Amino acid sequence: MSNATGAEDRWGAPLAISVKDLFLGFFKIGILGFGGVAPGARRVIVEERAWLSDAEYAQVLAIGQALPGANTVNAAVMIGDRAKGPMGAVTALFGLMGGPLLLLIGAAMLYGRYGDLPMVRGALSAAGSAAAGLVAGTAIKMLTGLKLGRVAMAFALITFIAVGVFRVPLLAALFVLGAVSIAVVWQGMRR
Amino acid sequence: MSARDLASLTTSFAALSVGAVGGANAVTPEIQRIAVDQMHWMDQATFSQLFAIANTAPDPNVLLVSMVGWQVAGVAGLLVATLAILIPSSVLALVANRLITRYDSLTIVRAIRTGLAPIAVGLLLSSGFVLSRGANPTIWAWIIGAAAMAFVLT
Repeated sequence: MSNATGAEDRWGAPLAISVKDLFLGFFKIGILGFGGVAPGARRVIVEERAWLSDAEYAQVLAIGQALPGANTVNAAVMIGDRAKGPMGAVTALFGLMGGPLLLLIGAAMLYGRYGDLPMVRGALSAAGSAAAGLVAGTAIKMLTGLKLGRVAMAFALITFIAVGVFRVPLLAALFVLGAVSIAVVWQGMRR
Repeated sequence: MSARDLASLTTSFAALSVGAVGGANAVTPEIQRIAVDQMHWMDQATFSQLFAIANTAPDPNVLLVSMVGWQVAGVAGLLVATLAILIPSSVLALVANRLITRYDSLTIVRAIRTGLAPIAVGLLLSSGFVLSRGANPTIWAWIIGAAAMAFVLT
């Protein structure tokens, strides 16, 4: 298990992405990101623009999760930095947050005025249902796209059961399961 | 709106920015504690409304903070709160990313990023599952969610 994800490892290698593409890519992620940015982010970064493979994206997302702050915001900073240094990080961040902020202001104004209408409540709750489905679908797609080894797959499923079914606090799961997973991978690498 | 409001928005959310490990479920209660219990910026009902809106938008926690800022001090509050929650953690991510890249020849560093990847996917799967249970009170909601999932998978 020298390479648990079975993919080519090019962590930290500079990414050939222009400032304009960085902005547009992350702007789209932000706009698509209703109910959580993760589904749109994977679609744009891995499928449409092919900036990263599924395996690389999962690692960036994982590091972003272990750090303070939203994981996709951290992922945007990391990808932007690899493409264009600190300038790129700022560009990606602005792209990601700009659209949603504008939409949110609009939504807040409309909600203040029309939030009590049953139709608005219905639309908001339907949007929530669709968002949940998008997140679940993306997770399943990443799980298959990663071509995880048996051990890594087991860790993904244990994490799901612990956090999803038994509601173990995310931090506890991240650090306990993460530490064990890292230890197992490390043992494999040292051999 | 006052300079004092803007200053307390900045200090509260900049501190939360570097303390906010653990994603939406871990951080939302803390935002509520700051905005409602500690700073008395708004009552619980107003906070719940903001939460409902932010929750249908991308990056719920960052945008929840943006909306709290907006509620406290208008557009200036929104900008200040958003920057306060984003900048500290982003600087940290930038530095961490560079450290990981610099020391990537160390086996333990590669083991960390390889070993954490399946955990991240497991967490994403969990949030899809938990969100589905919360968002789908009726059979129709489940059908909408399933259709959205099928849309991603095909």
